[in-house]
Amino acid sequence: MKKKKGGIKISQKIMAIEMLTMIAPGVIYLIINNYIPMAGIIIAFKKYNYQLGIFRSEWTGISNFTFLFKSSNMLTYIRNTLLYNIVFIVLGQVFAITTAILLNLVRSAGAKKVYQTLIIIPHLMSMVIVSYVVYGFLSVENGVFNKMIEATGGSPIMWYSVKKYWPFILTFVHLWKGFGYSSIVYYATVVGIDESQYEAAALDGAGPWKQTLYVTLPGLKHTAITLFLMSVGGIMYSDFGLFYQIPMHSSILASVTDTIDVYVFKAITQSNDIGRSSAIGFIQSVIGFLMVVGVNALVRKLDKDSALF
Amino acid sequence: MVQKNKGQQFILNLLFIILCLLCVLPFVLLISSSFTEEAALTQKGYWFWPWKVSMDAYKYLMNSGSQILTSYKITLLVTAIGTVSNIMLTVLFAYPLSRREMPARNFFAFFVFFTMLFNGGIIPAYMMYANFLHLKNTFWALIIPWKLLGAFNIIMMRSYFTASIPNELVEAARIDGAREYGILFRIMLPLSKPMLATIGLMTGLGFWNDWTNSIYFVTQKNLYSIQALLNDIMTNIQFLQNNTQMQQHANQMNLPSASVRMAIAVIGILPIFAIYPFVQKYFVKGIVVGGVKG
Repeated sequence: MKKKKGGIKISQKIMAIEMLTMIAPGVIYLIINNYIPMAGIIIAFKKYNYQLGIFRSEWTGISNFTFLFKSSNMLTYIRNTLLYNIVFIVLGQVFAITTAILLNLVRSAGAKKVYQTLIIIPHLMSMVIVSYVVYGFLSVENGVFNKMIEATGGSPIMWYSVKKYWPFILTFVHLWKGFGYSSIVYYATVVGIDESQYEAAALDGAGPWKQTLYVTLPGLKHTAITLFLMSVGGIMYSDFGLFYQIPMHSSILASVTDTIDVYVFKAITQSNDIGRSSAIGFIQSVIGFLMVVGVNALVRKLDKDSALF
Repeated sequence: MVQKNKGQQFILNLLFIILCLLCVLPFVLLISSSFTEEAALTQKGYWFWPWKVSMDAYKYLMNSGSQILTSYKITLLVTAIGTVSNIMLTVLFAYPLSRREMPARNFFAFFVFFTMLFNGGIIPAYMMYANFLHLKNTFWALIIPWKLLGAFNIIMMRSYFTASIPNELVEAARIDGAREYGILFRIMLPLSKPMLATIGLMTGLGFWNDWTNSIYFVTQKNLYSIQALLNDIMTNIQFLQNNTQMQQHANQMNLPSASVRMAIAVIGILPIFAIYPFVQKYFVKGIVVGGVKG
């Protein structure tokens, strides 16, 4: 009896060791890829020296930050990032919820499936490919739009040089690429709503419109809050591909198309401006974290079940 | 909520057909342009059907394409090696997290989850990979930074292990003397095929479509993936359009013509269109599971 117990203990130890060896490679990768860079954000308070690396470079206090906010362009990048994000979150959610509800109203199961399959196709393509597609429409000499304008007697538009079109173009491309994906997330929730709730509403005399308003929409609250929390955490970040590829790096458009991430990319690869870009990177990380934790705490207070953690 | 009204169904379906066309037609434009004769293309522009059908662009690619072949090889290798490694690391991490016997289980679960809440941004990670680990202009730069393992896949896989595979199976295997590695590879994985397919396809698509690691870490053309090559071509074209005085140099830069460019883009999306119809149910499922679990 005693011997057997000892055997179990040993085999449990082996089990524990085996499990720890399993996660070891993943843990090492996450330390290198995620945790060391987290500590590396202190670079924002240092004067980066290539010879010494992040952790041994000299401290400079907050001079990177004061330098950052002296440049007027930075405020433009921050404004662009925030405004585009707010528009994307609001329109994206409205569009996705509407599509999901309408999709649920389609009666033919076969048609539903075809629609689902087709609307996520743009989501599957890379931004580089999408930039070729957009170029097919907007190219000054050969683009679909200019050829149509010429055919109706108008004069061609230099799409890639006129700022005023770009907030609309970028918003359209973003919605076009992403609406299928988020519609299907919502659709899955719509399908999961208990049928008896609709029946009860119908008994109370609610038509399809009222059923949508009082049964479907409240049923989507959970999913909407989850998606909202996730996008709020990314409020200081942007879809780099969208803002970098679609305007084709046109410098004339920079003031309406460049976001913080585009600036950081250019700082690393072109201007080597580590000081300011690490300062804005620090702000992105910290604000992103505070937003998720803060909004989550707020949601937990209002409606415990919807909180993410 | 049954809709009896035929008129309403008609409008609803019409609306969705328009939405679907909006999603598909832009790619039809891409494909059609690649099959259009170059002269017709410059005269009449890109259109949804070829003005004059021609295979010239593809013939040109076949004959002149050592760079395209190299890029295609890079893309295939990155996708294959990257996806297999990612899935391997994911299941090895997810399985212990799904077991109650795992030591410090909550700590490691939080260790994974926290990477979704907070990240150090691109600059520190870039510096470490470029200056400390010297990944610049290596094949591994296309796989290792940011893409080898993610919290999202681990959490999805762990939920599947806990929710869909009965604990009794694992207990029974242990009584029969099975070791943890044996349980993972002989019992858990064969029973997790739908989830493996979902995660594998999404991860594979991510590697296939990636161009960001290329533009951060790669300047040598022999390491360009298809996406990086497409990005490079477009950058040069834009550079020429922004600098008109440079246009006489256009021929020296040997830029591909309009139809050839579109043909390169088409071979970049061809595998996606070829595979997608057969696996779309896994994608839809992946979106549903991933989106709701967050």
